[in-house]
Amino acid sequence: MAEHAMYFANQSELRAYKAKTITLKVLLYIFLTIFALFILTPFIFMVASSFIDASAFEKFTLYADFSKLGFENWTFNNYAQIFATSYLDSLGNPVARPSFAQYFLNTFIVAIGSTLVTVVTAVLASFAFARLEFKGKDLLFTFLLATMMVPGEMMVITNYQTTIMLDWKFTFCALIFVHGVSVFYIFYLRQTFQQIPNELYLAAKVDGVSDIEYLVKVMIPIAMPTIMTIVILSLMGAWNSFIWPTLVANGGWKYNKKYDMRLVSNGLMSLFSSDIAKGQDAIKVAGSMVVTAPLFVFFLCFRKYIMRGVSRSGIKG
Amino acid sequence: MAQEILERNVEKPNISFDGGDSLAIDPTKARLISKRRHTTLPQWATAWIVLIPALIFLVLFMFYPIVNTFFMAFIQDFRWVNGAGSFALGNFINALSQPCQSWDTTTGICEVYNILPTFGFGNFAIVLTDPVFPKTILNTLELVVIEVPLTILISLLIATFLNSIKALRGLFQTIFFLPYVTNTIALGLVFNMLFSSGQGGIMNIILNNLFGIDPINWLSPNVTTWSGAASRFSQGVVIVVYAIWNGLAFKILVFMSGLATIDKQYYDAAKIDGSSSFTIWRRITLPLLSPQILYITVTSFIGAFKMYTGVMAVYSSLNRGAYYFGGEKGEEWMPIVGWIYNQLDANFDKPGIAAAGSLVLLAIILLITLLQFAVSKKRVHY
Repeated sequence: MAEHAMYFANQSELRAYKAKTITLKVLLYIFLTIFALFILTPFIFMVASSFIDASAFEKFTLYADFSKLGFENWTFNNYAQIFATSYLDSLGNPVARPSFAQYFLNTFIVAIGSTLVTVVTAVLASFAFARLEFKGKDLLFTFLLATMMVPGEMMVITNYQTTIMLDWKFTFCALIFVHGVSVFYIFYLRQTFQQIPNELYLAAKVDGVSDIEYLVKVMIPIAMPTIMTIVILSLMGAWNSFIWPTLVANGGWKYNKKYDMRLVSNGLMSLFSSDIAKGQDAIKVAGSMVVTAPLFVFFLCFRKYIMRGVSRSGIKG
Repeated sequence: MAQEILERNVEKPNISFDGGDSLAIDPTKARLISKRRHTTLPQWATAWIVLIPALIFLVLFMFYPIVNTFFMAFIQDFRWVNGAGSFALGNFINALSQPCQSWDTTTGICEVYNILPTFGFGNFAIVLTDPVFPKTILNTLELVVIEVPLTILISLLIATFLNSIKALRGLFQTIFFLPYVTNTIALGLVFNMLFSSGQGGIMNIILNNLFGIDPINWLSPNVTTWSGAASRFSQGVVIVVYAIWNGLAFKILVFMSGLATIDKQYYDAAKIDGSSSFTIWRRITLPLLSPQILYITVTSFIGAFKMYTGVMAVYSSLNRGAYYFGGEKGEEWMPIVGWIYNQLDANFDKPGIAAAGSLVLLAIILLITLLQFAVSKKRVHY
């Protein structure tokens, strides 16, 4: 505040100014803290209550008995139940049930598969749009941008029919290929590619490098941060996808064999209604934890890429 | 003049710097003098080859679905049958060529005729006179009108406050971003429990301690011993609170990146003039942030009209499935998209109705986008 000192006529005016700025700062921090608490409360609730046993959970949620969150009530039983492959029914007989391990596996396969397809198609297509000249380029690109306006529901209706036609229901194909291309990623990557100076291309041409070689050896390494961002956003999108898997992969029978093709979000929904979690909300919360925690770890590792990518996109899986 | 500047700025994002093709080397000639012998393809051929993978997916799962859904919406009495001609037009022609459903076996005369599909606005009539669909439009509109402006205002405040502090800024920024990296269904459950129907639900306890309000049954359609079924209002509150909680992160991030580009000199000049903090915010921050505000407003309104998972997630732990949105029949707060998916799931052999619903949604989104760009022409300073 030293630079302001000269503008004040006397000490008391300076003091008043200082008092005012300090009060303002305090109010500001109070406002931010209140909203930070608003953001954090659900997380705190989730972490704390997922570790306590059922009776403590009931007391905690029904009577707001915060003392029940103490360590003496802690248990890993909720988590054990989430990953169990069977449970005991009322008569004490074991009943097979899908485990979250299965959902995790499904989701990993879909996440990696769809990310691979999305990134390959996006890199190749944006290379064509950014670097190469061909007839109809502008028209095709405008066409692509126009599809971004169309709500996904319009496509889902027909894609659902296509899935049935191709006999893709309850298969990984439906989950991986139907969203195998993202117009937004093409758009995003094209912008990065366009920033690479033309001189590099011309120099490469002088050396007799083919277009594909130039893409692989020059453009992809330079655009690596953007590609990383796309990979991470795409992985997160697969982890959080819900609507499409609900329609095409929500459990089911096929070829007289029970297939469980659910992804984690659908798994969570089915956990909520399953026998095992009936009346046992602590297990439901533990399920939510299991789905959220990997995302958090992922976020802490790749904070930079995620925040940069998101500020440009506004997509959420 | 102003219009010209505006257009130039819109078309050219400030990040692109062009190396310039002005070099005296012509790449085609460069290839001739190259010592390495390469049979390089012409550019247009390479372009189409690298476009093939993306185009296959685009045509199959994007261009064709748009055309097909559009088409289905305008065919009345359209029944989708799996098999040959599964795309709408093929099915349509197929159906037309089979006017008869059953024949009199002895005489060979048609007994029951098929209802033949026809072009028209019949599906739209069905959709708009549906007992639920118009209500879903109102539901969505109500939620959007309350949620979007609130979220934008709060995130704007948080972003400007964050921008003016130094200590703990990184920590606050990370905290405010957290909701973005969460699973909507998982946190929907947590919100359901925070707004527990039990007497000791955390939200009930807070309200009771602060304002002495009696416990509220927020979401459950069941009548409990101490309270009636959840009212439309209380359910709406939970949905809006969750939507705000979910929506702040992205908007704060965009506003922060916008604020970072504002030249500090403006603020110094205003301070020397003795402007108050509010005047500075009103006269400098807001106008200079207007491109970001426009962007956020447009995307938020579009996104909010497509709300579905967020609303459903709040009810998810009531075990009523993915198409339950409160109330007796699960229609209390059903959004447009919820209705479309419900239709698709329930009668996917009659997709024309869901298709017509999705076209209505498209029309609403286009209308709002146009409206906002019309308004923004006067208000946005680039």
